[in-house]
Amino acid sequence: MTSALGSAPTGRDDRRVRPTPTRAHRFRWARAAGTGWLYVLPALVMYAVFVLRPLVLTLQYSLYDWNGIGVARWVGLDNYLTVFTDSDLLKIIGNAIVLIVFFSFIPVALGLLVASMVRRITTGTFGTVVRTILFLPQVIPLVAAGIAWSWLLSSNGLINQVLRAVGLGGVARAWLGDFDTALPAVGVIGAWVLLGLCTILLVTGMSKIDPALYEAARLDGAGPVREFLAVTLPSLRQEIGVCLTVTIIAALASFDIVYISTSGGPGLQTTVPGLEIYRLAFSQRQVGLASALAVVLMLLVLACVLPIQRLSRGEKP
Amino acid sequence: MNLSRREQVIGRAFLIALIVVTLLPFVSMLSAALQPRGTVPSGLEWPSDPQWGNFADAFTAANMGALLRSSLLIVAGVVPVSVLIATMAGFGLGQLRVPGARLVFGLFLLGLTLPFEAVVTPLYYQMQDLGLLNTRWAIILPLIGLYMPFAVFWMRAHFTNVPVELSEAARVDGSSTWQLFWRVQVPLARPAIASLTILMFLWTWNQFLLAIVLVDDASKRTMAGALGAFQGQWGTDLVLLCAGSLLILTPTLIVFLIFQRQFIKALIQGSVKG
Repeated sequence: MTSALGSAPTGRDDRRVRPTPTRAHRFRWARAAGTGWLYVLPALVMYAVFVLRPLVLTLQYSLYDWNGIGVARWVGLDNYLTVFTDSDLLKIIGNAIVLIVFFSFIPVALGLLVASMVRRITTGTFGTVVRTILFLPQVIPLVAAGIAWSWLLSSNGLINQVLRAVGLGGVARAWLGDFDTALPAVGVIGAWVLLGLCTILLVTGMSKIDPALYEAARLDGAGPVREFLAVTLPSLRQEIGVCLTVTIIAALASFDIVYISTSGGPGLQTTVPGLEIYRLAFSQRQVGLASALAVVLMLLVLACVLPIQRLSRGEKP
Repeated sequence: MNLSRREQVIGRAFLIALIVVTLLPFVSMLSAALQPRGTVPSGLEWPSDPQWGNFADAFTAANMGALLRSSLLIVAGVVPVSVLIATMAGFGLGQLRVPGARLVFGLFLLGLTLPFEAVVTPLYYQMQDLGLLNTRWAIILPLIGLYMPFAVFWMRAHFTNVPVELSEAARVDGSSTWQLFWRVQVPLARPAIASLTILMFLWTWNQFLLAIVLVDDASKRTMAGALGAFQGQWGTDLVLLCAGSLLILTPTLIVFLIFQRQFIKALIQGSVKG
């Protein structure tokens, strides 16, 4: 799910200019505040019932040993202790962090590279076609991306076909089934999904930069690298922040792609927290442990995303 | 724009390479889907005798008719309600500025980065208690709630930028809040509402986790959830799997191609209010 977190909500803090406070008006304003609440209420109720309540329950479950059916036994923080000490669970959290490199850094780095060279995707038909195609991976279900890439990366899939054609047949393998390459292969799928989105956001941001800044940099004798560091990077801070936020959440909360392409195997090589929560809760019946892992995952997402929000929202120099 | 020709050409080349990489998986799937049933296809070869009939087989095997109906029912349950209540809440928070708006908005923001995995377990038991497991309601109701943080954030962003004077004027003319909302504000918010609708449609259509956890019967799931089941069933028959996956992709692609302008604009504006 792509969510847009980059824009600071621009609440104008000016006090409302009230009309002349005749009694009738004052009465109407007071009533408006009351009815105003009625507008917010339906959304708030749905959110409270289907998000806040489950969230509180997750916290509660995480303190118990419960199989989902019988009596729950209070265990305090034991589940959390297990999450942080069990070598398998630590490995699973580590996998999610490795995926950040693929899901976030590769798309953002490549997107920046393209953006710094293209500056603006040409308008007109070519631009529309480019944008449409680059957005495709965002639009299709992740499940479909998983199926398509499982086929590309399989023993007789396209990737190996290409390798054999250029004489690298010795390297060919079932990429998603191989112990050493499975996790990077899953990462490649995520990179493919997010690459277009990041590129378009960054190129769009690029087109808003005042060309005068570049003129000035050139006059000062800055080469392409200096120019990139002094002008492009600072100007794109907000867009980079958005890309990092969206892609890091996608990496940490990945589920669909892994479930479809590897089911977490071979061994635990590609098991990610999302998949492990699902397994623990619904096949191993360890609801307490699953919930503790869910809480840790939530905190991990916040720990990664909040600093990025801080950095990217600062005043532009 | 003092870009040298060389840089321009390299930039173009990069874009073209990106496009090729983006399209290859689809092309490779199509080439596999057109091979004769029962053969083992290889990466990318145009079949000598393309078997378009495979798509008809996949349509039957995947029970596409039922899937489309189910997905549409779920979308019909989620999208209009989500958009309506989020618009109302955005209006209340961004335009009326009800007392305590900041606090409530902060509460909504909490959910903005929430991974669905974090609440799916309690949702399962909640649906069990409500007797809704394995019904479409089990997907519809939680999705409405889960979309609220983003949807309210989106609509509030629109309504905070509408000058308050408009509402003031309508008030002085003696219109009620309800009239103000429907006659003045909703028509103005049309672009924001339209883009939100498109996003919600796609996310609902592509929702996988809730579908597989809360609904066992593939014919009551979302399109993505059904595709998961289809893979479980036909995973070994690669030709049929690719044909079926492409079929299941098609409705999404059609919707995207029709609305791509609004969709892309929406995403760009939503992520970076420039």
